[in-house]
Amino acid sequence: MRVRALETVLTEKGYVDPAALDAIVEAYETRIGPRNGAAVVAKAWSDPAFKQALLADASKAVATLGHVSRVGDHLVAVENTPKTHNIVVCTLCSCYPWDILGLPPTWYKSAPYRSRAVKDPRSVLADFGVTLPKDTEIRVWDSTAETRFLVLPIRPAGTDGWSERQLAEIVTRNSMIGTGLPKQPGATR
Amino acid sequence: MDGIHDMGGMDGFGKVETEPNEPPFHEIWEGRILALQRAMGYAGAWHNDHSRFARERLPPQVYMTSSYYKKWMLAMETNVIEHGLASPEELKTGLALAPGKTLKRKLTPAVVMEGLKRSSFFRQQQAPAKFKIGDRVRTLNIHPKTHTRLPRYARGKLGRVEICHGCHMFPDSVAINLGDNPQWLYTVVFDGRELWGPDSDPTLKVSIDAFEPYLEPA
Repeated sequence: MRVRALETVLTEKGYVDPAALDAIVEAYETRIGPRNGAAVVAKAWSDPAFKQALLADASKAVATLGHVSRVGDHLVAVENTPKTHNIVVCTLCSCYPWDILGLPPTWYKSAPYRSRAVKDPRSVLADFGVTLPKDTEIRVWDSTAETRFLVLPIRPAGTDGWSERQLAEIVTRNSMIGTGLPKQPGATR
Repeated sequence: MDGIHDMGGMDGFGKVETEPNEPPFHEIWEGRILALQRAMGYAGAWHNDHSRFARERLPPQVYMTSSYYKKWMLAMETNVIEHGLASPEELKTGLALAPGKTLKRKLTPAVVMEGLKRSSFFRQQQAPAKFKIGDRVRTLNIHPKTHTRLPRYARGKLGRVEICHGCHMFPDSVAINLGDNPQWLYTVVFDGRELWGPDSDPTLKVSIDAFEPYLEPA
């Protein structure tokens, strides 16, 4: 198998350590995932000062949260409002905020999503079962550089007094990409 | 390059298919390829833009019929060979025939989490920024044969500078070994009708992150 040959040669040449490769796979399988992003969103919903800091400089704001994995320098948070709905795509490859959302799902990397999100995003949302009011502005962020985007969804009504942990549970991965909405209270428990 | 990878606005690919409870990897080898990519990146063997450019150069029929990680594997073989890190014969046989080159550093289990942190793409500015937030700009109508991050659908279009992200290494230079060549980076937003004509969804706005050499004042 070609992958085995690659790994063997790169190991024998002294470039990579197979034990480090094991650790990387394990990290992506267990530690790096959308719950990091969900914790950030829940914090922003709960703490107006944090939300302001997040929207001003997401890299810096996220770095202040000890329980979230470290992100690079180029994270930007974009806020959904009743007037504007944000969607993130990478039409050229598969750029995605891995460090905060984990591995991108296959659909995010697929031709249907990459081709259509910038041209007809409402039909893409329909594929996800999401319908927005006709006058909502749809803002698509094509990740064409090393900047990475995190959508801050609208906090659902009926969640007053919820803890950050409760809130994080209704933040779906797709709601942080813009192809979904948070779970509605009552649907969760 | 005007390749198959530049998919924004193409028709005919059908519905977006989602997979409930998708696992991180569908096959064990996919995880190995991802890990190799991260480890070689940490070692400074090549840049993200070399990986992207290698994938873009895959023949269109190969690009369209290979899975995501298969494309990564093919691009990695290209980069290993082009950067002189192993020979085609070695990759074919799976046996190293000569010692490796010296790379910048090596990822070990002890530093894996630190090694997975994204590196910074900020670079020292070479000149003051030409544009400021709110400026009207037009993207150039360029068709380089090499790597660029200006998608076809957004060339020759009128937009507005919305965010300035500082000065970054320039992918178009990095991918062809011309160095970091730092450039200012802006989020430029376009009206849907500017991109797709009068029949576009009137509520649509699309932004790209555009390096300064892609832009002229408008």
